[in-house]
Order: sequence, then C-alpha cells, then structure tokens
Amino acid sequence: MLSANGLACERGERLLFRNLGFELGRGEALLVVGGNGRGKTSLLRILCGLSAPAAGVVRWRGDPLGKAHEQYGREMAYLGHANGIKDDLTPMENLRIAAALNGRELDAGTATAALERVGLSRCMDFPARVLSFGQRRRVALAGLMTAGALLWILDEPLTGLDVEGVAMVERMIRDHVVAGGLAIMTTHQPLVLDGLTPKTLSVGE
Amino acid sequence: MLKFLFTVIRRDVLLAARRRGDWLTAQFFFVMVVSMFPLGIGPEPSMLRTIGPGVVWVAALLASLLSLDRLFADDYRDGTLEQMLMSPSPIALLTLGKAIAHWIINGIPLLLIAPLLGIQFNLPAEALWMLVLSLAIGTPILSLLGSIGAALTLGLRGGGALVTLLIMPLYVPALIFGAGAVEGVLSGTGSEAHLSLLGAFLMMSLLLAPWVSAMALKVSVE
Repeated sequence: MLSANGLACERGERLLFRNLGFELGRGEALLVVGGNGRGKTSLLRILCGLSAPAAGVVRWRGDPLGKAHEQYGREMAYLGHANGIKDDLTPMENLRIAAALNGRELDAGTATAALERVGLSRCMDFPARVLSFGQRRRVALAGLMTAGALLWILDEPLTGLDVEGVAMVERMIRDHVVAGGLAIMTTHQPLVLDGLTPKTLSVGE
Repeated sequence: MLKFLFTVIRRDVLLAARRRGDWLTAQFFFVMVVSMFPLGIGPEPSMLRTIGPGVVWVAALLASLLSLDRLFADDYRDGTLEQMLMSPSPIALLTLGKAIAHWIINGIPLLLIAPLLGIQFNLPAEALWMLVLSLAIGTPILSLLGSIGAALTLGLRGGGALVTLLIMPLYVPALIFGAGAVEGVLSGTGSEAHLSLLGAFLMMSLLLAPWVSAMALKVSVE
C-alpha cells in the first residue's frame, strides 16, 4: 500500500540518507531505527508529505503522494514531536475540531469514549493548557484513535508517557496493526508489540 | 470544501474569543495611534480634517500588521498547522479561511471604531460613512495580502519586523485609494473611481493571495 523508492534527504549541505526504500502492506508495522540526528524525523515528514525528498518517490496505493493528497489526507494520521492540540481548547473541543478539519463528524459520545480510553476522563472540561505534558500527549493519542486512519505515522509516540501509558500505546499500535492497519514509528525506548514483529529500517549509517 | 473553510474560520474565531487580551491589543493600538495625532499637531480644525482620512487608514494598516505575525505562528508552534496541512482539503482554502478569520477578528472591530475616531478629526457625516465603506472594502485586502507575509516569514527569527517590511509596499495601493475615497468626499470631487479601484484590488487579492500564501506556507513548513 505504501511504498518508497530511492529516497534521499538533504539538510543544508549535508546528505542525511540516500537510496532508502521499503514496502509496507496491510497488517504490517515498520520501526525506523537510527541514532540522534540521523534523519528519522526527516524521513517521517517526507512520508507524511510535509516535505519533499531530495530524490525518490513515495507512493500510496500506487499514486505518488502529490497526486494522492486528498485520499492520503483522509487515510493517514501523523503524530509528531508537537502534539497538534490547542492549549486554549478543551480535549473534547480539540478532538472534534481536528475531526471536522479532516472532513469527519465526531459526535460527543465517541470523543468521550476515546478520551476515557486514554485515561483522561477526569480532565475533559479543562483547557489543555492546565494538563501535564503526558496528559497532552494522551489527548493527541485519543485524536489518533478517533482519526479512523489506515496508516499511522508516529514520531516518538512514547515520549512523556508513564509506564501504564507506554503499555497503552503498545496495545493501541498492536490492535491497529492486527486489525489490518499500517504503522510506521520511531522510538528510542523498547517497544513490545505482543506477538507482532515489526519490520525495521535503519536510517543513515 | 466549504465546510472545511467554515471550520477553519470558526476555529480561529473561537480561539480569539478564548484569548481576548491578544485580540484587544491591536484594537487599542489603533485607537491610541489615531488619537496621538490631534494631540501632537494641535487643534486646528481644517488641518485635522485634511490629514484625518490618511491617519485613520495608516493606523488601520499598522494595527492589522501588529496581529499578522501570529496568524500562522501559534499553530506552527503547537503542531496544529502541520495537522491542517495534512488534511484532505487544498491548502489554499486553509490560507483563505485564516485570512477571513483574521479580518473578522481584527478588521470588523476597526470598522466599528473608525467613525468615532473620525469625529476627533472633525470629519463631516458623509466623510465618516465613506471612511467606514472604504475600510470595509480595504481591510479584507490587508488580511489577504498580510497572510502572504505571515506565511513567508513563518519560523524565522524577528519575523514580525520582516512581515512589516515585506507587506507594507503591497499595502500602498489600498492606502492610496482608501484614503483617496474619503478625500474625494471632503473635496467634493466624488469617490466612485477610488472605490472601484479599491474593489478591483480586493477581487485581485481574493483570487491570488490564498494561492501565493499556500505556496509560501509549504516552503516555510518544510
């Protein structure tokens, strides 16, 4: 479903990686590994279509990303370093506005259920400003669950989460992939996906 | 498509309502700048009447610039801009929506305050109406063109000052025709020509600015 061919990325004058390629189908996960500054985040941003590669092409369902913008926008969800939530809105408003911007209607019941699943049932009516770093990360994760996307691209999804939160994310990713979804992620922490071995792709040796 | 546009506008207006302090700064700035002129120049009625339209218009330009550097910057910082760029809708609709929201939040209040400030300059009633009309056509231009500058300077240090330098020259036609329309009423030469040109300029920026701004945004976020 998602394929990348001959990807290269330059930052300034420096070549971060080149000739990177992979294929990912339904029910598969890909773990991108590499040290700090090797270009993991740059690779994920290229896969999201946020930046253009110096060379190579990314295809979704056979079409290059530039052409598949509309469909890809609906079927892909990205969780980056920034959580992508507004501090002045409540978690509930954040989820519903994010869904509306993606062209979906999200009713209050579904949003509440998602927020309860990530353990935020007590903080639903507070602006995100007063939540802790980990709690805000959880709001973003709830957004990921309600996005209904087929492909998840997760940049360090475990940052700022407690032990129980890490287990929750691992469960989320596992369930998503077992249900036929695709997941691409980077992490520096050990990631235990019960009964599932992700492919690995190493960046910039 | 339209739904996306409305969602963007509603979202920005909601956010502005939650942060009223930020929002009021630009309005107070507008009032202060305009009120400084009669104090500094002296209470000579004919002199004030001559400079009035220009002063109000220049102050409106400055007030709209003041709030522009944050048009995309806040969303860029917390990652919501990336999320919106990845949405299925065209990016030009996003920039159009942001510009319209900026006008609703910052432009419309200026329209309401302007006639009160005009009285300070001894402007007659017809000129006050023309001032509001010219600002009603002109302030959307400021928001639309300003979104280009805000997108170009996104993520740069000192972006605020740079927006001013980049966008000020583009504001010149709006300033000339806008202030000229009010001048036309005062001198009795009529203001239809000025208003028509101002309207044409609005149509042009409405057509082009969202696209240019979308392209600039893509480059800046990369």
